[in-house]
Amino acid sequence: MIAKEELDRAFDARFAPEIKTKLRSARVAIAGLGGLGSNIAVMLARSGVGHLFLVDFDRVDTTNLNRQAYTIPHLGMNKTDAIKTILGDINPYLDIKTECVRVTPENVATLFGDYGIVCEAFDKPDQKAMLVRELLTQTGATVVSGNGMAGFGDSNEIKTEKINGRLYVCGDLSTDVGDGTGLMAPRVAVCAGHQANKVIQLILK
Amino acid sequence: MVTVNGEGVNAAGKTVMQYIEEAGYNAQRVVVEKNLVILKKDELSTTVLEDGDTVEILNFVGGG
Repeated sequence: MIAKEELDRAFDARFAPEIKTKLRSARVAIAGLGGLGSNIAVMLARSGVGHLFLVDFDRVDTTNLNRQAYTIPHLGMNKTDAIKTILGDINPYLDIKTECVRVTPENVATLFGDYGIVCEAFDKPDQKAMLVRELLTQTGATVVSGNGMAGFGDSNEIKTEKINGRLYVCGDLSTDVGDGTGLMAPRVAVCAGHQANKVIQLILK
Repeated sequence: MVTVNGEGVNAAGKTVMQYIEEAGYNAQRVVVEKNLVILKKDELSTTVLEDGDTVEILNFVGGG
């Protein structure tokens, strides 16, 4: 296995030590490990975010392969276990915690109460609204949400908008799945990149 | 007048739930902020809009 010092040296060559320290000590939760969440997790792990808490109740299936970080060997696994494998192959020295559970208003505070930054990465609109509402009313977390990334419309329509001091929304805010518009890897990854970059900005601000 | 997503509307006297349903939103898919405070789910039906209120309705679409 690659030594921790070797990974650290590769990071040190690019960024000042205080940036590494802030990222290493950061604690970020991601709710939903589909197209948004799995890609956000990979980007934050590559960026050296030290403590990740990843939540999803689902298993990897073939319909995920068009946009999510998983590959054929992960089919049938819990997404929480599959993502741990992927992140461990990127950086085995990160603290990765997972919970294979469905998020409800009743368990939001227990799951996410200790995290200052939470990414909303669900796919169903009612679940997205529920999570954002409950996080903002039950916890003190800053929320980075994904909203509107279906199809293959202009990438530049996907933006990061500050709704208030505790809520950032990334996406085009309008393109729904359905009506013949499915999800494709590029636009989902653009939106995930917006969310991951906002998280890093929040950590380093 | 009540300011909703930056536009003045005649919604004073209505509950937030009445307004969002009349405006065509699905109440399950929105997060509502009134005067900079996020409303809890059960507050949508109990909160009555008044002149001078500022409301932001964030509508969620599917995909992730």
